[in-house]
Parts: sequence; C-alpha cells; structure tokens
Amino acid sequence: MSIVVIGAGPAGLAAARSALRAGADVTLLDSSDQLGGQFWRHLPETSRAAKQHVLHHKWSTFEALASEITQHPRCTIVTSAQVWLLEQRDQGTPRVHAHVGPVDSGGRESLTLEPDALILATGAHDRTLPFSGWTLPGVYTAGAAQAIAKSERIALGSRVVVAGAGPFLLPVAQSLALTGARVRGVYEATTLPALARGWGAKPWKLGAAVGKMPELAGYVASHVRHSIPYLTGRAVVEAHGTDRVEAVTIARVDENWAPIAGSETKIEADAVCVSHGFTPRLELAIAAGCSIGPDRFVEVDARQRTSTRGVYAVGELTGIAGADAALAEGEIAGHFAARGPRSAAVSRAARSRDRFVDFGVRLDAVHAPRRGWTHWLRDDTVVCRCEEVTRGELDSIRSQTASCGLRSLKLSTRAGLGICQGRICGRSVEELLGDNFADGVPTDRRPIVSPVRIGDLAGQALGGSQPDERSPEEPPPQ
Amino acid sequence: MSSAASGYDADRPVARGHRARNDGATGYDVAVIGAGIVGAAIARALSRDGARVVVLERSAAASGTSGQGEGNLLVSDKAPGHELDLALHANRRWVDLSEELADELGPDFPNIEFERKGGLVVATTDAGARPLEDFARSQAEAGVDAQIIDVSEALRLEPDVNPAITAAVAYPQDSQVQPVIATEALLASARRAGADVRCGIEVLGGIFAGSAPGSAATPSSPGTADRGEHRRLTGVQTTAGAVTASTVINAAGPWAGEVAQRLGAPLPVRPRRGVVLVTTRMPHRIFRKVYDGDYFGATQSNDAALQTSSVIESTASGTVLIGSSREQIGFDTRLRAEVIREIAAKSTRVFPFLRDASVMRAYGGFRPFMPDHLPVIGPDHRLEGLWHATGHEGAGIGLSVSTADLVSDIYAGRTPGLDAEAFSVARPSLAAALETEEAAA
Ligand SMILES: Cc1cc2nc3c(=O)[nH]c(=O)nc-3n(C[C@H](O)[C@H](O)[C@H](O)COP(=O)(O)OP(=O)(O)OC[C@H]3O[C@@H](n4cnc5c(N)ncnc54)[C@H](O)[C@@H]3O)c2cc1C
Repeated sequence: MSIVVIGAGPAGLAAARSALRAGADVTLLDSSDQLGGQFWRHLPETSRAAKQHVLHHKWSTFEALASEITQHPRCTIVTSAQVWLLEQRDQGTPRVHAHVGPVDSGGRESLTLEPDALILATGAHDRTLPFSGWTLPGVYTAGAAQAIAKSERIALGSRVVVAGAGPFLLPVAQSLALTGARVRGVYEATTLPALARGWGAKPWKLGAAVGKMPELAGYVASHVRHSIPYLTGRAVVEAHGTDRVEAVTIARVDENWAPIAGSETKIEADAVCVSHGFTPRLELAIAAGCSIGPDRFVEVDARQRTSTRGVYAVGELTGIAGADAALAEGEIAGHFAARGPRSAAVSRAARSRDRFVDFGVRLDAVHAPRRGWTHWLRDDTVVCRCEEVTRGELDSIRSQTASCGLRSLKLSTRAGLGICQGRICGRSVEELLGDNFADGVPTDRRPIVSPVRIGDLAGQALGGSQPDERSPEEPPPQ
Repeated sequence: MSSAASGYDADRPVARGHRARNDGATGYDVAVIGAGIVGAAIARALSRDGARVVVLERSAAASGTSGQGEGNLLVSDKAPGHELDLALHANRRWVDLSEELADELGPDFPNIEFERKGGLVVATTDAGARPLEDFARSQAEAGVDAQIIDVSEALRLEPDVNPAITAAVAYPQDSQVQPVIATEALLASARRAGADVRCGIEVLGGIFAGSAPGSAATPSSPGTADRGEHRRLTGVQTTAGAVTASTVINAAGPWAGEVAQRLGAPLPVRPRRGVVLVTTRMPHRIFRKVYDGDYFGATQSNDAALQTSSVIESTASGTVLIGSSREQIGFDTRLRAEVIREIAAKSTRVFPFLRDASVMRAYGGFRPFMPDHLPVIGPDHRLEGLWHATGHEGAGIGLSVSTADLVSDIYAGRTPGLDAEAFSVARPSLAAALETEEAAA
C-alpha cells in the first residue's frame, strides 16, 4: 500500500504517521523546505531559538510527529516539492506531478507518483479583504506577519495595528508582541452582539471542546499581559502613507460590516496586519475531481474520504476548525487510507474530531466576512493587486456588458488573472460582482497548481527536444 | 400550422430599434441557441435587420468554447478553398465591425482589442521549408497577402526566434480580438437592436407544427406530430418553458450535435479538445503571432490522436500565450501532463528563450469539429424552420462575423456575398457523415 500525503502541516503530519503505523509506505510532499506547515513555521535547525516553545503552540506535538516520521524506514519525505498537476486517470488514484528544488531555479528534478491512496492536506491561506491603501508597503497579511515574527524574530514596527476578524488575530498579536513590536490594538470587525450570539448558542456543545479553550484563554491572558486593547465592531477602512503606511483610518461597522458614517478615527501606525479568515487551498482537490460542498470546502465522509476514489482530504480543506481538528482528521485519514482496522484509538480520534469541528465551524461562521465590507471601498480602490483592477472598473464593466457569467467578467476585467491566479482577490471579486452567475464558475479552479518552468516541462516531453539553438532532428543548414 | 402555436404573425410589421421586452409568449421570429460568439454575431445581424430575436443560453454568454480559446483571426493557416473565403471576408469585416461596436457601445465598454498584428510562420526543419513556401504561394494566388521572406528578415521581425529556422512567411493580415469581450460586445449591440438574451436556459427539444403547445419532442422520438409531410419546427422546449419562434438557429458550438439530435435532425459535430498555456508576465519579446508549419498538419488532419502546434504570441498584459493542442477525446476536461509537456517543448523550438519562462495557467475548450472541415451555415433541408451555424472548429472567433453575414443574407433573401451552397447541410462532402449520424440516431 503506497500513500502520498501532500502538505506537512498538522493534518498532513498526523496522516503520515497514522498511515505508517497502519503499515503503509508513505511519501510526504511539501512545497516548503521544512516540515510543520504554517502552524509550526520555524527557524532552521541551526538557529533555533530557545523560546520556540513559547512562540509555537503544541511544539511538543510537532517534535513527536516529526521525529517519528523522519526516522521511519517506510517514509520518504520530499521537501521543496511543488506539486503542479494532479492527473485524473480512468482507473486508479490521480497521478501526482511535482518538481523538486528551489522554486526559481532551472533544472528542477521531476517527480511523478502513482500512489494507491492520496491524502490532501494543503491547508488554507489568509483571506484579506481589500481597502484603500492596502497595497502600501507596511500592510501585511496577518499570516505573513506571523511568519516573519515566528521565523525571523523581527519586530514589524513600533506601532502595529492588527485588524480583521477571527480568533487568529489573537495569536498573531501575541507573536508580534513577543518579538517586541508594540501592538496598538486588535480590531475585530464582528460586532459584540454577534460574537455573543455565536459563542453563546448551544454552549453545551462547546463544553466538550475544552481542549481548545486553554489555548484561547492563553492568548487572551497574553493580551492582558501585553495590555493590547481588543475592540470589536471595528475595521481598518483605509491605510494612509506615501512610500509606506503611516496611519490608518478605523471605523465602527454595523452587524453587516458596513462602516458607520462619522465613526472614523485616524491613528498613526507603521505596520498593519490584516486577516479576515482563511480560504482553503482547493486547487488540488478540484484537480482530483473531488466534490466541493456549497460552503466551498471539500466534502468528506466519516473516514475523510472524498468523492474521488482513493483520495482523502484533511485539515482546513474540509473546514477551518483549528489544529486539533486537523490532527484528528489526519490520524483518521492516514489510518483508513492504509486500510487499518477499526480501533479504539481511531474511534477516539473520530470523537475528538467531531467536537473540534463543531466548535471550529461555529467559530468560523461567527467571524465570516459579511457583505457590508464592500461599502468601505472607494471607486479607485484596487481589488485585484496583480492586474491592478479597481472596484470602479469591476462595477463599470459589469454594468456595461450586463454579463451573466463570472468567467466572462474575469476575462473582461482581468481580475484574478495575474500571478496569484486569484488566490488573494478571487472571493472578494466574486462578492463584489454579485453571485447570481449562470455559469457559477468559482474562482478556486487552478488546474496548473503552481507556476512551472517551460524548460522543466520541455525536458520531459515525449519525443520532446531540448532545443539548443536548433532542433535536434535536423542537421544545421549548410 | 396554426399561428397560435408558432407565435409568428407574418403580417406584423418588422420594426427596428428598441422595443418592449418580449416574453416569448407571443413568439419570436428567430431563436438562437447558444450565446457563444457565433450566436452573438447572428443575433446582432438579424436584430439589426429588424427580426425579433431571442438568444437562449444554458449557461452564461461566452461560457463555452468562445471563452476557452484564443482570439486569432488567421488567414495564414487556411488553404485555398471555402474556409479561406470565409476568413478573407472576416478579415475585412472585423476592421469595420470593431469600429462600429466601439462607436455604438461607447468608451466605457471594454475594448474588443482588435489588432492586426500580423503573423509569422516558420519552418523548423529542412523538410518543412519547401511545403511551407509552396503553401504560401498557393495562398497568394487565392488573394492572401503571404510574403515569403529570408531567415535574416524573419530574425529582424522577431529577434528572439530560433535562428535555426529554415523558412519563414509573413502574413500581415493576421489579426486578433479578445473573444470574450467581442462576444459580450456583439450581444450588447444585439440587445440595443431589440434582441432578448436569456441566460441559464437550456434547450431540451423542439416544438413542431401540429403538435399541441407544450408537447416537446423527446430525444428518442423526435417530432412526434406530423411525422410525414411538412413537419415544421416552430420553437423549442426549454428548462424555462416553451419558446416559440418561426426560425430556430442552432449555434451551440461543440454541443450543436446534441442540440440537433434533440431537435430531431442529427448533425455530425464533434468536440476537439484544445489546451492553451499562459506564462507569467515578462518583457515584450514576441511581436507577431508566430508558429511553426506543423500547425497546418494539425488543422488539416482528421487524426484523433494528440497533436500540438506552437502558436505563440505576447499579450498586452505581458503574458505569452502558447497554444494549442488538438485531440479528439470527447468532452473530457481532465488536464494531462503529456499535453502540457508537448506544447511546452514545441514552443521552445520556435522561441528558445521560453525555456526560462514559467507557465502559470492552462485552459482549454472543445472546438466544434466537422468531418469535412467546413462549418455548417444556413437552413437544414431536412427540417423546415431549423438552421445551423456551427462546426467552425478552431476558427469560429474569426469566422463568426462571416457566418452572421451569410445567415442574415439568406434570411433576408439577399444574394449572399459568400457561397451558401458550400456551407449547406446538403453539401455532398457531408452526405456520408449525415447518413451515419441519422442511422445511429
Ligand atoms: C484552445 C482553443 C483555441 C482556439 N483558438 C481560436 C482562435 O485563435 N481563433 C478562432 O477563431 N477560434 C479559435 N478557437 C475556436 C473557437 O473558440 C470556436 O470555433 C468558437 O468559439 C465557436 O463558437 P460558438 O459560438 O460556435 O460555440 P460556443 O462558444 O461553444 O457557444 C455555444 C454555446 O451554446 C450553449 N449551449 C449548448 N447547448 C445548449 C442547449 N441545449 N441550450 C442552450 N444553450 C446551449 C453553450 O453553453 C455555449 O455557450 C479555439 C478553440 C479552442 C478550444
């Protein structure tokens, strides 16, 4: 039984370990040069800081997982592996195509795998809603800010604003504070009544997810310790500055996240970290033909199986529910993908998954962006950064063409066609354009998963040429 | 035939310009099936002639092939014959059309990006040089501006082209449009002339004269009523109910075979898959549409197996488009590594510097392919009321305007500027394939 796991964050590592324990041969691929994913992003071995365990939640869990996997004789770990294509086959699990080596280098090694089972653990990326000035240097996604804090230990600024929505803002503020940055405040867009309603509904269900509480409680305590103000119902609606950010405007927002006129205040800031939740990285799952639910997460059954035979999905692909849920899902998927028998341990994992998922999904729903955010955009606010498409252009082209197709609007506005392929702006563009599209094409489809060098492709073409300055079949003209 | 069923009132004066929205209950003159570029061009032409037109699209405008390919308006790849006649006609017409659309729709409407950037066709092998030049000479005789040039001249036009090329022909007429914007512009213009464009509505079957309104023909028993003489198509059944129209035009692209089948007049249109690669942005180093002569082999062949050619060009945004493959694999959208690799490899043969470029996106669609390589345009002799405008394979963007001209000429009873017989369903070259198709139905 051969299993390929894509993604080496909590979900992928847990999946690899449980598949190994159940007897499978495992190949673990990750695009980064180390294990741990976004959650356990860390410094290379040589410069590991003593405070690692402070900056990283559940560091001991990571060490245990990583050491068991790296030492396992049936495990192959390939880091710096960019999967660029999943190829569906008539029979069997999709074929995995990757290039191995630093992203920008030529002549990367090509890797093609035909596993018996495939576990997708590709996680999620930050969602950042656009606002005027968000393209200024000094404005970071919260994920990038945290990564800099965690791996480089650099204080981002002396007056840092953290804003957006969701519990992730707390650990971000904490990481920043630990590096010595002064965090001026955390501005959560969700209003207090909405927060109370969300967290308060069916509290007995949350009671069971207590494992999650100490973590959050810890962040809150850290907040208090660093005396960081936490304000709800507020959003950064504009960043100001010429060469880099110098100040931000913060406004109160209503329940629908629409800014309340007259509530704006301008405060000085030299760094702004924004996060409005997470978007699952669905491209591999879509390429594998897995069905995606109406909530735009991968649909899985109790064993984490997707609709595509032999393909499992774990972690944030199936819902944003935190590291504990991801660990449990990984354990379940690895076990069943390796055809492990029913066991008490797996049943335990299933119970803990169900609790954490319930908790996480609710949390995510409470903090999910509300459509009123579009009101803080101006006509000249850039929405698609790669192609520099403004909100005004989107509106104008939509009304001019009266198009009923999202694909058509993408191609006529160019929004989402740049190097990030709509990863940053895709969902915002959809929300700005409205959602009654007859073609219903979501912006998540990216059949080429990561950019791939033509030379690396050409080198492998059947009968392909490695053209020097001439085609090899032909002698030079006399 | 009852006029209530057809909804068609022959005495009704045909007016031009804006008119009240027609909900279809009173019937249209023309129902166009498919809001691809072909359907859009036809809707525009006919509504400007005064017909009451509805476009029925099961998904969104330009969501089919017209939004999944490139927008080359090529004369360079066409051998002398009927398709070249359509292409030369289109080559002239797009110049006016792009201006007409810009004038009519105003500066806020996105530009259709018509550009006569010219083509450069090269041979990359000694064996390919002579056939390329012979081909160019035959085209020149048929009226194409085809200029056989030295390799050194080719290198002056395209400094980064592989210096080992063995022959080159310049085609100044080769042009392009942005196919999605062009489709939307044609539809917007059609709307202004009174056409209704209805998205999210799928055509399921036909309505035939003599049958009670609402009784659709099922695919298995096409046209239940009046099976014998003078069965006439008087509208279509859709997912949103019946739409009556005295003329129904099948412009469903690669799905036109399925639509024809549903309407009871089978047509051998097949999908031919094509994939295009898009690179990340880079400094402008390619100035024309450049491709190698292999392309002719691919376009003129019936072979179902994978064929690739390297039509390479820069776009205004700085990306390079490389396309595309040709393959008959049904409606299979799965992307295959082999296809991508082969397109990539061939592109480096023409532009070696592309080795260091990165592909960031791939997209593809299904060309509507006819067994005798000619589109089908005009009335279907087997079923009164049914017309087709499809089967343009890899040239439908360019040829849409010629197709619309031909359709509107026939519809209005004008003498067509193009040879209508050559594109008719009844043409001899299609007879055998039609027979097979009908037998299978
Ligand atoms: C990769 C590739 C590259 C290409 N490059 C070029 C090029 O450079 N230049 C060029 O000229 N051509 C090119 N083509 C070909 C060109 O795209 C097609 O010939 C052209 O788009 C066909 O247009 P159409 O309107 O006939 O079909 P489509 O655009 O496919 O429109 C048909 C429409 O009918 C709708 N439909 C289908 N069934 C039903 C139903 N039952 N009810 C209602 N609606 C229905 C579909 O949803 C669709 O929108 C390329 C094609 C591909 C795939």
